[in-house]
Amino acid sequence: MDTLTLLGQLLNTTLVFSTALIFASLGGIFSERSGVVNIGLEGLMMFGAFAAAVGGYYAQDAGMGEWAPWVGVICAMAVGVLGSLIHAVAAITFKADQTISGTVINFLAAGSTLYMVKLLFDGAGETPLLDGFSKLAIPGLSKIPVIGEGIFNSYPTTYLAIVLVVVIYFVLFKTPFGLRLRAVGEHPSAADTLGVKVNRMRYIGVMMSGLLAGIGGATITLTTTSTFAHNTISGQGFIAIAAMIFGKWNPVGAFGAAVFFGFSQAIRNYVQMFEWSQNIPQEFIFMIPYVLTIIVLVSTVGRSAAPRALGQPYDPGKR
Amino acid sequence: MNRLKKIFTTDSYIVPLVAIVMGFLVGAIVMLVGGYDPIVAYSALFKRVFGSAYNFGEAVREMTPLMLTGLAVAFAFRSGMFNIGADGQVMIGMTAATVIGIKFAALPMFLLVPLSVIAAGLCGGLWAGIAGYLKAKRGINEVITTIMLNWIALFLSNYIIRAFLLLPGQNRSEDIPASMSMTFLNSIFDNARLHWGTAIALCAAAFFYVFLWKTKQGYEMRAVGLNPHAAEYAGMNVGRNIVKAMFISGVFAGLAGAGEVLGVFHYQSIFAASPGYGFDGIAVALLGLTHPLGVILAAILYGTLTYGSAGMSFSANVPPELIRIVIGSIIFFIAAQGIVRWVLRPFYFKRKKEKVL
Repeated sequence: MDTLTLLGQLLNTTLVFSTALIFASLGGIFSERSGVVNIGLEGLMMFGAFAAAVGGYYAQDAGMGEWAPWVGVICAMAVGVLGSLIHAVAAITFKADQTISGTVINFLAAGSTLYMVKLLFDGAGETPLLDGFSKLAIPGLSKIPVIGEGIFNSYPTTYLAIVLVVVIYFVLFKTPFGLRLRAVGEHPSAADTLGVKVNRMRYIGVMMSGLLAGIGGATITLTTTSTFAHNTISGQGFIAIAAMIFGKWNPVGAFGAAVFFGFSQAIRNYVQMFEWSQNIPQEFIFMIPYVLTIIVLVSTVGRSAAPRALGQPYDPGKR
Repeated sequence: MNRLKKIFTTDSYIVPLVAIVMGFLVGAIVMLVGGYDPIVAYSALFKRVFGSAYNFGEAVREMTPLMLTGLAVAFAFRSGMFNIGADGQVMIGMTAATVIGIKFAALPMFLLVPLSVIAAGLCGGLWAGIAGYLKAKRGINEVITTIMLNWIALFLSNYIIRAFLLLPGQNRSEDIPASMSMTFLNSIFDNARLHWGTAIALCAAAFFYVFLWKTKQGYEMRAVGLNPHAAEYAGMNVGRNIVKAMFISGVFAGLAGAGEVLGVFHYQSIFAASPGYGFDGIAVALLGLTHPLGVILAAILYGTLTYGSAGMSFSANVPPELIRIVIGSIIFFIAAQGIVRWVLRPFYFKRKKEKVL
């Protein structure tokens, strides 16, 4: 295989691995920019992956063909939002500790999704296999060397993720809505004085995180695993949190971090193709992404500033 | 008498108790929706735990690592940090205990066992200390580093077992001669795998309490946890406290690892994925309101429920995952105390009226 094809394929695999992380970390940004910690991304992704697997399966059964995966995505969005409401009600309305109510999401998701899978599919530990998305080559652009193979021959969800990065960046930093959302996360009482409904903005932030993390979970079942089981998500939500912090709560930064994680996962598969890698124990190759992250953090990024009011319930009486 | 009455009517007891009842109710509703009989399921759950000496002993065995990882997460929490890395620290503790337990097998038992346990605690502490050091020196968020260290610990442990200690043809280490089993109790409990780790866990809880609330160093740690800027202004060394707190947290988790390999399995497996001790620890710490006594009680509850859930699936055919919904709901109601108070409001109202009269 020549180097250019190899590079193109590496780029392509990188994007496949990063897509779910991009969605979920964008979701995390919405929630945390509004001032609500979201440790529950893992659980929200689980809800999404489950809903996509079940919704997609039944839509396929009903003969919806190529549209079936999209039904899965819509189900994932809906279930993700519903799941995030648990977090929103506890953390915003009842002023619960946000770390705790986020952890609750992880617990409820792990329990209820498997409970439902067993209920729906006669005690089976995973959903039946389904046809997910297929790759979509963009005419013309996919003929460019390296980038064509790498970027313009990807799953539709990957294109959606990249578009959303730009859209969400614009929404957060160039629109009045984004300004209000960020104000609520930085200085809620000042925002309140100016007439911004603090709790309403926070509800929107948390629900958006459910929606986006739901799509992230759906991406995994609909592009890589084709089924939902207990280990489908296995830590991706936590890595998305890492990507969000790594990217300093900025959509473009989080995108970069997610691609970095995707790249280090992809490179693991490619290193194993070379003969010299036979001498390295496989465990060390598996470690690459995680060690790299710590090295990069230590050497370049340093202190990251979270939104000022992150983690604090808003109490108008406390001004 | 009056004082006793006061203790039992304060919020700190009533709210968690009501939250537990409400959690079971949510579980019952979910079972009814799924077409199961909750009464049959719950009685099967408790029958499994309390029905035989063996099962009771095994349930206690299950509670032990939960106590230690719960204490680990709670200790870090009190010092202002979120230790998601107890999982990795347990793995490192397991591996250290296994390495010492096998490689120094020539030592007499009364030296070998304590040595392995100390090595496990120390290595767990140092592993967590990495995250603490990076936070103190470089300001790197401990959530990221502990997540990454979990994965690194998993692969590092697997490598050490595979390269140096593998039982030929198997996916696990050689047998460990060092043992923490409590042989005298094992026979009483029908060979349930009880071990000294339980006693260590209780001591750790006592240490947790005394250290944090009765010593100057503990006071500093809590101060840093509550407000690092104020603590720094008061002349405390925030960075050193962060590293120390993470170290102690990691020691607790490492000890949990020692108990599992030296007391329960007597070998270490190569894990395909994270064994999940740390995540259970987060739940236990939160259930226990990050207080050592609360953590012990929470570990008992959590251990009973998870161990009993298998019985629920044998005799009532209910998927054992249901128990995670129950636990999640209990944590939810404890966290969102507003909901519990709202439910309790009629009762509070009545009591106030009595006072007026």
